[in-house]
Amino acid sequence: MMKSTQQLEQQLKRHSKAAKLEIWGKVVSFSALILIVAVVVGIIGFVASKGLATFFTNHVSLWDFLSGKSWNPGVTDANGKPEVGALPMIMGSFLITVLSAIVATPFAIGTAVFMNEISPNKGAKILQPVTELLVGIPSVVYGFIGLSVVVPVTRAIFGGSGFGILSGTCVLFVMILPTVTSMSVDALRAVPRYYREASLALGATQWQTIYKVVLRAATPGLMTAVVFGMARAFGEALAVQMVIGNAALMPGSLVDPSSTLTSVLTTGIGNTVMGSLQNNALWSLALVLLLMSLVFNLIVRLIGRKGRLQ
Amino acid sequence: MFLSNDVQGNTEMLERHIVQPADADHPTILSTEDLHVYYGKKEAISEGDLRFASNQITALIGPSGSGKSTFLRSLNRMNDRIATVTGRIMYRGVDINQPSIDVYEMRRRVGMVFQRPNPFAKSIYDNIAFALRLRGTTDKHELDEIVETSLKQAALWNQVKDDLNKSALALSGGQAQRLCIARAIAVKPDILLLDEPASALDPVSTSQLEDTLLELKQNYSIIIVTHNMQQAGRISEYTAFFNQGRVLEYDTTSHIFTNPQVQITSDYVSGNFG
Repeated sequence: MMKSTQQLEQQLKRHSKAAKLEIWGKVVSFSALILIVAVVVGIIGFVASKGLATFFTNHVSLWDFLSGKSWNPGVTDANGKPEVGALPMIMGSFLITVLSAIVATPFAIGTAVFMNEISPNKGAKILQPVTELLVGIPSVVYGFIGLSVVVPVTRAIFGGSGFGILSGTCVLFVMILPTVTSMSVDALRAVPRYYREASLALGATQWQTIYKVVLRAATPGLMTAVVFGMARAFGEALAVQMVIGNAALMPGSLVDPSSTLTSVLTTGIGNTVMGSLQNNALWSLALVLLLMSLVFNLIVRLIGRKGRLQ
Repeated sequence: MFLSNDVQGNTEMLERHIVQPADADHPTILSTEDLHVYYGKKEAISEGDLRFASNQITALIGPSGSGKSTFLRSLNRMNDRIATVTGRIMYRGVDINQPSIDVYEMRRRVGMVFQRPNPFAKSIYDNIAFALRLRGTTDKHELDEIVETSLKQAALWNQVKDDLNKSALALSGGQAQRLCIARAIAVKPDILLLDEPASALDPVSTSQLEDTLLELKQNYSIIIVTHNMQQAGRISEYTAFFNQGRVLEYDTTSHIFTNPQVQITSDYVSGNFG
């Protein structure tokens, strides 16, 4: 009796191959997690240390940076302060982001409603592949089309050079449309079928059902879709840089050449020396970009949480 | 030869037994003629010829997949985009299964309550006012009155009268289902179709719901799909037994339960299959 208990204990306590594999699996997945966290922390730390150097090493005041209207880090103004006013770029980025979201949202939601509510079959057959194709087109192609089609058209209609926020908005509109559309489709799909049935059974028309029930229920998801589109627009560099004109000036109108945070970064980063003020100032712009994308993420999470509570 | 035939005649039950309601006090309000429903090429309902008496409760029973829900959903054209429905559905002498019918106006007269309580994520008040507002009723006083009478008819008023502006999603299953009934009767339909309305409810809520339906019978003609044979027995005047897309037996509920003429019906109501 005694012996068999000992045997059983031995058998149960033996480290089997399966148990070893399980530990191994945990180690692998945990190290993957550590790696990702390390990369994210590393990027934020690096950008922050470089970006903050403008303020701590070069003693530029944060207020001058955020509210200054002239950007020319190599030059000092009458008071002997370097010209690192980032307001034109911040304005440019926000304007182009908000405008492209305003233009894209109705089209995206309209397309999503057609794909999901009005004609699910055709939507799945035609619009789904088209949307996926639009996502896959590289941004340089969008930029090139913008440069050779949108800019000349803008020039012909509004005069000037054609480069500017308007052209950037047109290009970004097409670029964020598929993102917002496919996420809107997901949001509409998440609305339970019985909501629609309840509404139809009460004698509501299909349009009334879409407008009063489906879109209302999907609002948190639709807002998330729009914010994701805005995040994409805010971060897009290449295509915007090709059509916006890259003049670090306050945008006087939608057809004046101007610039965004990303476009100044891509044009400027190769022409500066590491550690110089010019270089640090660009890192500060990068820090602003990074913080903004964190804010976008935060907004998405807040919307998601609010949506769940309902 | 003669003898064996006779014996067979005595033991073999009918294959089909349809007795349409004939009650002068409760004339036919809805009837189906030569109704066929197809999902793609597959036929889900064939020859569902039934007449429904006004201000009575008619129960549709049958095993899962027998087509009773499909039949019910066809009656107010909720299957329009899902299935092909051929044949005539006569409502007070008008065939409502023709393209020229305005289904939205028709569904106001033929309301429906579903298996799963499905209140909108709105307040209790707004749930009931939903269909009225869609139809252009904006007068607050009128809305208040209809909300109150509908909730009273659905036996929910006393429980929610102080919480009309609270979310309908906070209601219990039984309350939510009665809210759905109140929502359906707010537009004052003629006929109320119920698709297993009690299957998601506990016994107490079910019993309250049945009492409500018996009350509603005075003002509405009710057709109810149910899995629950006792429920059909308790509340309905007429019962139709569906099997494999056909109505095999239709008669008064007492006949169906005490003296079924078709073997399968007999097996089903006595619990031998289904």
